[in-house]
Amino acid sequence: MAILDVRGITKRFGGLTAVNNVSFSVEKGAILSVIGPNGAGKSTLFKLISSFVSPTSGRVDYDGQTITGLPPHEVARRGVVRTFQETTIFKEMSALQNVIVAHQLRCRASSLGIYFSSAAARADEERFRNSATEILDYLGLSAVKHMLARNLPHGHLRALGIAVAMAAEPKVLLLDEPFSGMNIEETDAAVKLVRGIRDRGVTIVLVEHDMSAVMRISDRIVVLNFGTKIAEGPPPEIKQNEAVIGAYLGEADEEVGH
Amino acid sequence: MGLEINQLTRHDGSGSFRVARENDHLSSRQKLRFAAFVLILFVAVPILLGRSPYYITVLTNAAILSFISLGVWVTFSIGRMNLAQGAFALVGGYVVAILTTRYGVSFWLCLPLSGLISAALGALVGWPVLRLKGVYFAMTTLSLTEAIRLLALNGGDITMGATGIVNIPRPGPVGIFGLTIVPEFNGADPLPFYFLACALLVLGLVAVWRLSTSRLGWVFRSLRQNEDLATSIGINVAKYRVIAFGVCCFMGGIGGAFFAAFHQNIYPATYTISDSVNFMLYCFLGGLSYIFGPVVGTFLLVIAFELLHAVQDYQALIYGVLMIVCMLWLPNGMLSLGLRQDGRREGERR
Repeated sequence: MAILDVRGITKRFGGLTAVNNVSFSVEKGAILSVIGPNGAGKSTLFKLISSFVSPTSGRVDYDGQTITGLPPHEVARRGVVRTFQETTIFKEMSALQNVIVAHQLRCRASSLGIYFSSAAARADEERFRNSATEILDYLGLSAVKHMLARNLPHGHLRALGIAVAMAAEPKVLLLDEPFSGMNIEETDAAVKLVRGIRDRGVTIVLVEHDMSAVMRISDRIVVLNFGTKIAEGPPPEIKQNEAVIGAYLGEADEEVGH
Repeated sequence: MGLEINQLTRHDGSGSFRVARENDHLSSRQKLRFAAFVLILFVAVPILLGRSPYYITVLTNAAILSFISLGVWVTFSIGRMNLAQGAFALVGGYVVAILTTRYGVSFWLCLPLSGLISAALGALVGWPVLRLKGVYFAMTTLSLTEAIRLLALNGGDITMGATGIVNIPRPGPVGIFGLTIVPEFNGADPLPFYFLACALLVLGLVAVWRLSTSRLGWVFRSLRQNEDLATSIGINVAKYRVIAFGVCCFMGGIGGAFFAAFHQNIYPATYTISDSVNFMLYCFLGGLSYIFGPVVGTFLLVIAFELLHAVQDYQALIYGVLMIVCMLWLPNGMLSLGLRQDGRREGERR
């Protein structure tokens, strides 16, 4: 059963068509990767799915309901949560506070309740703290949980970004280049981590450059080039696909000067 | 140059009245400092200076200006530089002026009412305007101050235009079951106003401290640090921005209402752009990371200028220079100085 259904989505910025009539669907519990050369429209596609950008035409269905047109925080509330490229976190908070704040959408108490520290608010607080501690443990961040986020090393920041997204209890997690800037060992660890998150019941859509990681981790791959979907299928099929090879190698040819 | 507040200051949350701690409890040292502050306001000052109406008036001004600046501090906490606080003080002032002089409503009822009306107006205006960031928000709120002044100037019979509203009655006595709790405010003696101002300031500090250390405060900080990320984890950014702005306007309205009754008059020019800028400057000078920042900034500048009559003509110039100096060498305000000496400050200035 498809949990996420992207239907004929198009985004034009002035004269530039960043994403052109792209359709695909993601099965529940799958890991789907979106790949493509630079400027292929991967990031725009991500923003379209998470409703940070509204499409020129087309729509995205999540769990049978259209989420296109909803405000982005509402899309997150429903269960489609994105992460950001690089290290987008709350830099002036501790790692633990980052993750606690990210639980806000599970808040049962009203704003006034929070202010006057009602029983519901205290229960929330307790629940969030426990859950945050658990998430940080899971991502191997428990040793640094009291450190100010801006003092954390790069690898930890990436994990913290995922921790923040996980705190929102996503059903579909959109990971924007989770392996970029990592060495082989770090990538291996991150691949395991992403699989682990999937095994917890989270469907994963990721955008990535690192081809070897993508081939290892993905159940399906969608390939974009100049905003258009040129291929879709399981990794072995994509490896053999003429259009994909053309898109990547054609680019390489020009660089080499043949 | 984009004036991003986040780049100007580092809200590391250390300091007296720590803002960003893991738990919400004040350390005993902070409690002690706060108790000392309250004692000075309510006991030491009246005993030492009670016979000098002049000093008491200066301190009354400082207390309420701090209260108004504290509101601006709340909008700083969501990462917005608010230059509209003068407008909301003006609104609060006119609410009291109109309701007390024309409809004979008690000042004590008008005081919260003026705060609520300012907050409602703030929420209405804030909803669209708060989408703007950095200098764009600052410029828009700056023009809002001017717009409200012009509205008051051209308000016809409602605001009486440039003549303003004068002879606003002083607050009457408050009693329950014939027992007088607050006596009638007597014209010659500024002490009752002083006590009211201090009570408001202490209440305001406690209320804002509570706000800032509750999870709402953390949500506010998350907005300041990264609105996109906050949105991505399902925080309704627009809603919390309006809450913070509403709290700010509420405090502006209350402060304006107090001054209207204190001076017994209100004119369109009572609060101008320079007042709005000053409220912001007080926050900057004291330190944006500290709830006490606006209080320290306001008392320092207000008292300094009262004592230095000679330089009052150059007030705008001195404020301007101070602002630049503050941003260059003291981006975390006066309070950060004390902390550096304490050696409790981690990390370095950037």
